[in-house]
This record gives sequence, C-alpha cells and structure tokens, in this order.
Amino acid sequence: MRRAAVTVRTGGAMQWIGWPALAAAAGTLILATPVELFGLQLPEPILPLLLAFAWPLIRPSLMAPAVLFALGLLLDVMLYAPLGLWPLCLLAPYGVVLVSRSFLAGQETRVLFFWFSLTSAAAFLLAYLIVTLTGGRPPSLLALLGQVVPTLLLFPLSNALIQRFDDVDVRYR
Amino acid sequence: MLGAGVAVIAAVVAAILLLVTDRRAEASPLTPVRAGAEATLGPINGVLAYPVRWVGHVSDWIGGYFFAVSENRKLKAEIAELQAVRDANIALTNVNRRYEALLGIRTQPPVPMASARSISDARGPFANARLIDVGSRQGVKIGNPVINEHGLVGRVAGTSPNVSRVVLLTDAASQVPVLIDRSDARAILSGDGSGNPRLEYVRGEDALKVGDRVLSSGDGGGMPRGMPVGVVARGVDGSWRVKLFSDRGAIDYVRVLKFEDFGQLVAPEALNAPPLAALDTNPAARPPEPATPPPAAAQPADQPARGATE
Repeated sequence: MRRAAVTVRTGGAMQWIGWPALAAAAGTLILATPVELFGLQLPEPILPLLLAFAWPLIRPSLMAPAVLFALGLLLDVMLYAPLGLWPLCLLAPYGVVLVSRSFLAGQETRVLFFWFSLTSAAAFLLAYLIVTLTGGRPPSLLALLGQVVPTLLLFPLSNALIQRFDDVDVRYR
Repeated sequence: MLGAGVAVIAAVVAAILLLVTDRRAEASPLTPVRAGAEATLGPINGVLAYPVRWVGHVSDWIGGYFFAVSENRKLKAEIAELQAVRDANIALTNVNRRYEALLGIRTQPPVPMASARSISDARGPFANARLIDVGSRQGVKIGNPVINEHGLVGRVAGTSPNVSRVVLLTDAASQVPVLIDRSDARAILSGDGSGNPRLEYVRGEDALKVGDRVLSSGDGGGMPRGMPVGVVARGVDGSWRVKLFSDRGAIDYVRVLKFEDFGQLVAPEALNAPPLAALDTNPAARPPEPATPPPAAAQPADQPARGATE
C-alpha cells in the first residue's frame, strides 16, 4: 500500500519575516513623530530587537540577518546614530540566540523573557560603549533606562510571534 | 544552521566596516547616503505620522478645554507682570539707542530666518535630533542655529535640498558656549542624552546659582550672543545642569537663523571705519565716506516664510 505524501507547512518567509519587519519599520517611523500627547513625548523602544530575539528561535534563516541589517540601517538614519551601530547591536543578540536555540526553543515564557532581557541589555550595553567610544562622553544612564524599559515591556509581541510560528515548520522542531 | 551563522558573521563584518567609515556630522563618504535616506524618509514619515499628529491635536484640544480657567488666571498674572517689563523695556531701548549712537557701536543687524516644521524626532540616550522640512534650497547651511518661540533648540548638522537634520542641545555630541546672565561667567553647555544638559568648564567664582538665566555667549562666532537657553538647576547627580526654555512646549515649529559668523553681518568696508566715528562733530574735516552698500545688501535675501509661525 502506498502512503500518501505528508504535506509540510513551512510558513512563507513573508509571513514570519516580511510582515513583522514592515510592521517594526512602520512602528519606528510612527514613534519618531514629534508630537506630545497630554504633555508627554512618545516612547521610543527599539522595535527590531523583538524580532532579533524571536527569529532565531522560530528557525535559522539566511534572510533574517539580512533583514535585521536593513532594519538596523533604518534605525541608524531615523535615530541619527553612526551608520552600522544598530545593525551590529541587532545582529549580536540574534547571533547569541541562534547559537543557544537548541536549549532555548520550547522553553516557557518566563525563561524566554529572562533571555530576552539579557540579550537586549547586552545589545544596549554594546550601543552605549560604542557611542561612548566614538563620542568621547558617556550618555546619561537615566536616558538609557528610558529606552530599555519600553523595549522590555514589548516582549509579549516577540513572544506572540514565537508562539505563532515556532511549530509551523515541523522540520525545525 | 551553518548558512544562517555565515550570514550573521558577514552582516556583522559589514556593520563594523560601516561603523568605522561613518562619523555622523563629520566629513564622511557616507554623508550623501545619509542625506539621501533622510530626504526620502522625511516625507514618508510625514504621511505615517498624520494620524499621530491628529491625536496630538485632540489631546491639545482636550487640555485646552479642561484647563482653560487655570490657564486664563495664569495668563492674567503674566500680563500684569509683563506690563511693567514692557514699560521698562521701552525706556531702556531708547537710552540704549542713544548710547549706541554716541559710541558708534556697530550693532548686529537682524539675521534672516527660515521657518520650518519638525517632521521626525530621534530621542533616546544615543542621539537627540530632528528632521525639519527646510533645506539647502531655502538657504539653510550646516551650523545654522535653530530656535523655537521659547529659546535655542540646537544647530543644523546636515542638509539636503528640502530636509535638514537638527542636533538638539540635549544630544551627546552637542557643545554650545554659553554665558550666565547674572555673573557674566562663561561655560560650555554639553548634552548627554538626558533632558537637561550639563554646564561644564565653568569659569569664575560664585559663577552659578540655581535659577540663573543662561544665554548663548556667541564665543567662537557659531551663533549670535544673547539667545535664551534656559535656567541653571542642580541635577540628581549633583552636577550643574540647565532646564531648557525650548522644552516649555512641543518643538514642532522652529526657525533656522541663517547665521554663519559675525563677518556676514556687516559690509567689509564698515569694519574699516574709524572707531568712535559718531563722536566726530566736525563734518568738514571728515574724509569722504567710501561708497558702502547698505547692510541689507550684504546679506542674502530672506527666503519666503514656510510654516505658520511667520
């Protein structure tokens, strides 16, 4: 008896890389709007950090680092950082999570949040050191916290992306 | 997995090469790339930000509606206070004009300005900068000071034909020479990414007190003297800092002063005029005056005003 071929649902790259990347880019542009709501400025989290953590856990990909690099360049232009700063600071956590994905994949949310905090803190520390070295003066730590905290608070979005796509392609379980 | 690893390493190497090559405002081979990207992103940001601006206007309207009474009370008190200041100002202007005529002082003529709207905002610890919707086509140049209705905002650090990048006083790369109005002490206002830049290299004894008014000193010729900057305050770390006047309201509309250095403000012949010329009371003995163009002719013509603040 011949067995029917098993259909593998792989989830197209546009679904788990393309649309989230476009959403992160649009979010960055919108949050860069110079308006004050009820006397407060808009927060400015680093949205692509959510993707840099989620993508290597979903599956290894050739396209993800390239898209992260492009998102980093967009951040550099929007945030007036030295070109190359944010690509480096996005790819560093991506690389760390990619190397550790064998024991991070499938972990519960609390563990993932701990690792997200750790890798994000490392990325911000790297950016802080580079800006200090290139500018000759350390930026304010309070201002740094003002960007780290909103980024960490958006972890549920990264987690939702992981939960949505990590079991879509059974070959990477 | 191996392919992904190679891609990461290649991208990291590319990022490091970019980082080594680029130096933001300094001359860099990537400056035209950045200017082109900013010129493209500026209008896109304007479209995407439209709903956010609309919500901002709604919040302003709600605030205006609910706080109208307290605002009115505050404004009445301010008007009563300012009436006395206005009368004193009229008298002082009159006396000052006479002194200037007596001493033959060459005062600074008005600096031409271009009004602009802020279209994008980079906050955070690593950079504080804005994109504004005027550029080299409107006569804006790198180094031009930027003000809003409250005080000094920053300086232009990059231009493309219709968009310019303004580095704010709070940026970690910003350093502006300032003076303390009360003591005439000099200092450098250095941004560090926080909302209140530091006062460094303060000279003079008893130079600073909390509440002292800080003005631009004009030292170095980068910007005019006397532009309001803020008031002195103590930071949580004990350092001297400045509460910026420009933070009193949203920095949405700004003006770019097309100021380059003091040399642009007068005709070259006027600099060679004898000192205290106005005290010469014997016109017959005076040598014939060179045909100097009027100061206005020595300045570039002002561009047509853009935005709503003209």
